[in-house]
Amino acid sequence: MIPEIGHFALWLAVGVTLLLGTLPLVGAHRGRTDLMALARPATQVLLGLIVFSYGCLILSFVNNDFSVLNVASHSNSQLPLMYRIAATWGSHEGSLMLWLLMQAGWAWAVATFSKSLPLPVLSRILAVMGLLTLSFLLFVLFTSNPFDRIFPIPADGRDLNPQLQDPGMIFHPPMLYMGYVGMSVAFAFAVAALIGGNLDVMWARWMRPWTTVAWAFLTFGIALGSWWAYYELGWGGWWFWDAVENASFMPWLVATALIHSLAVTEKRGSFKSWTVLLAITGYSLALLGTFLVRSGVITSVHSFAADPKRGAFILVMLAITVAAALALYAWRAPKVGLGARFSSVSRESMLLANNVLFIVATAAVMLGTLYPLILDALGLGKISVGPPYFNAVYVPIMAVLVFFMGLGPMARWKNDSVPALAVRLRWAAGVTVVSAALTAWIGGQITLGSVVGLLMAYWILYTVLAELWERVRPAGGVQANVLHRLSQLPRATVGMMVAHVGVAVFVFGVTMVGTYDIERDVAMAPGDSTTVSGYTFTYQGTQPVRGPNYEAMRGHLVVTRGGVQVSEMFPEKRVYKVQRNPMTEAAIDSRIHGDLYVQLGEPVAGDKWLVRIWVKPFVAWIWGGCLLMGLGGIWAVTDRRYRVRATREAPTQAGGASVAR
Amino acid sequence: MFKPRHKRLAIAAGALLGVGAIAALVLNAFQSNMVFFYSPTQVSANEAPLGRTFRIGGLVEEGTVKRDGLNVNFVVTDTAKTVSVRYQGILPDLFQEGKGVVAQGQLKDGVFVAREVLAKHDENYMPPEAADAIQRAQKGQSRLEQSVVQQSRPDAASTMPYVVGKQP
Repeated sequence: MIPEIGHFALWLAVGVTLLLGTLPLVGAHRGRTDLMALARPATQVLLGLIVFSYGCLILSFVNNDFSVLNVASHSNSQLPLMYRIAATWGSHEGSLMLWLLMQAGWAWAVATFSKSLPLPVLSRILAVMGLLTLSFLLFVLFTSNPFDRIFPIPADGRDLNPQLQDPGMIFHPPMLYMGYVGMSVAFAFAVAALIGGNLDVMWARWMRPWTTVAWAFLTFGIALGSWWAYYELGWGGWWFWDAVENASFMPWLVATALIHSLAVTEKRGSFKSWTVLLAITGYSLALLGTFLVRSGVITSVHSFAADPKRGAFILVMLAITVAAALALYAWRAPKVGLGARFSSVSRESMLLANNVLFIVATAAVMLGTLYPLILDALGLGKISVGPPYFNAVYVPIMAVLVFFMGLGPMARWKNDSVPALAVRLRWAAGVTVVSAALTAWIGGQITLGSVVGLLMAYWILYTVLAELWERVRPAGGVQANVLHRLSQLPRATVGMMVAHVGVAVFVFGVTMVGTYDIERDVAMAPGDSTTVSGYTFTYQGTQPVRGPNYEAMRGHLVVTRGGVQVSEMFPEKRVYKVQRNPMTEAAIDSRIHGDLYVQLGEPVAGDKWLVRIWVKPFVAWIWGGCLLMGLGGIWAVTDRRYRVRATREAPTQAGGASVAR
Repeated sequence: MFKPRHKRLAIAAGALLGVGAIAALVLNAFQSNMVFFYSPTQVSANEAPLGRTFRIGGLVEEGTVKRDGLNVNFVVTDTAKTVSVRYQGILPDLFQEGKGVVAQGQLKDGVFVAREVLAKHDENYMPPEAADAIQRAQKGQSRLEQSVVQQSRPDAASTMPYVVGKQP
């Protein structure tokens, strides 16, 4: 009975979204407050229905109701409770339910926390979000019903894919979906503004925190996925440039461009139509990512049963959404106006460079991801483009981007000059070169990539410090006010600095792993030892062990450095009882200056086992950097100016705004 | 003498040049890093390039996997022709005799020296490249009545193709 009730709630939600997607729009057009006033309660009801429906799905999993196909396929009575709950989004159908939940949740959040928005603007935004929810509801109900029954009822379920039975499964998908679906908020703001024709500075100010929060979640989600792949899938890398990763990376790149372009729109009123276009593109790419992952055109842990009907449905949905948004854009954007002018050297021009480079980066990923798929679909042969392509493209693009990243926050709005900037940044530049040279020298291995990477990381760090110093340095000979000035810095500025330092930390990690990472495969008998970059790994043997729903062989290695034991490691080779696939569980000893990473291969002649040993310096910094980026974004959103009730009209766009961040 | 109009023109030209340079970089990198896929039949017909990295795919032939310490040799077949593969290191979890496999590497003295072995499938599933290679090979051999691809694919009732492998 429970599944049927959940299914029914989804149909009720269709009704609500039909109302939400039409009446408030009409109301906003005709100026009828009664219709517009429907938007808020409708959004609340929508969230209620979808939470209820999702609850029904969770209940079916918790109760081991194997008469539900989805449960029978992705769960098992021996599966621990938390994974039974996480298994709700471990299937195609369930992950779409999660999407719906997030979509309704974001709409509710906009309805609840945007008290300062004028009613017509809010009505349009919620109506657009209602329509987006509607399209996904129809997708779920017509192609991917999570409540479908199965007969005869199986005695037990087929279990959750062992690779997904990991804490990463609990956090990565919800986080990533928060980010993905959060792009729909920016999309809704953009479309609503196009409909209403009120693209002004206030609009940018309303939209900015939402976009930044969505971007932060997307950052967390991607970083979590990368970290999970690193420790669970056992390939030892942190990014493989495969189509699924790229599908999430493209919206991230566009979202990053968007939050920077929004800064210009909010501060200077420029880049308006560009900002709108980016918002539309960001959500479109999130949809494209869904298509890539869900349609079965690519194979990975993310793709479930390939069903052409589903792929076609998403493609149609994508086409309608994008076409409608772009048509609206073509019709309304010419009226938007250009905003304030700026000179060729100014913060605007730096941010323009940022945007151009992010778009080029997106296009490069798109080429590498879509071209092989298109070629294959047309029957023109099978090709693949791997990491070498992306590395060749990304290093130069990111190097230029990071260069501008140092200049941008220092440059003044409207007009600045190269000599002035050079004077203000001469110390940062000098210290960058010295630090990079020193680090490369200590590291003992100098390659072009490592030098470029280190220059990038230090350049970001020191330009941020230079900017900080300019803002807080003692003025007028009064020493004591440094701390006071530090505490007076706007949170938006601090958030930006934290996020930029996050990029520096990230680049540093990537460079160190890329340059000094060492991998060694060895066949080891008990008592054998091998030394990798100063660490001596001694193999003690392998023993069988039993887990709750798997059996495993567990290896035992003792790691010493300079005769002192630093770690004991227990890599496992598991066989899960239901699905019978072997699975490698790596042992990882993670430290701030690097990870030790050990994997069991297979037994060879006698009592020898193949063992893979990795030493990965500073690899944790990669995810640490992403964490800083996201936290910086969230800190920026708590800035005072987003909290004040903004009833006044657009502020005057006076010059000298560089201080008034 | 440097009118604003000229300045704007110079900036526009500079921006165009920059974007053009980046586009050239991207396309060049793309061109030189494309990896093509060849089936064992094509490799036997000497269609595969020498001295360039490419991919092969098919089934790991039963009884051909030979381990010698770190080195491993096996034969990949598309049911018509075969290619010997040499690899050094640990194979992925899902590498098994009789199952689908894709390998990336170069041809040296008639042996495919793999730098990477991908087994992107569970016990039912076939990597699309490998399935395609087998299908094409079998079109050439009409005497095979039932396709191996169909045999190795699950029937609809038990369809639960978790696709596992390298991709996170």
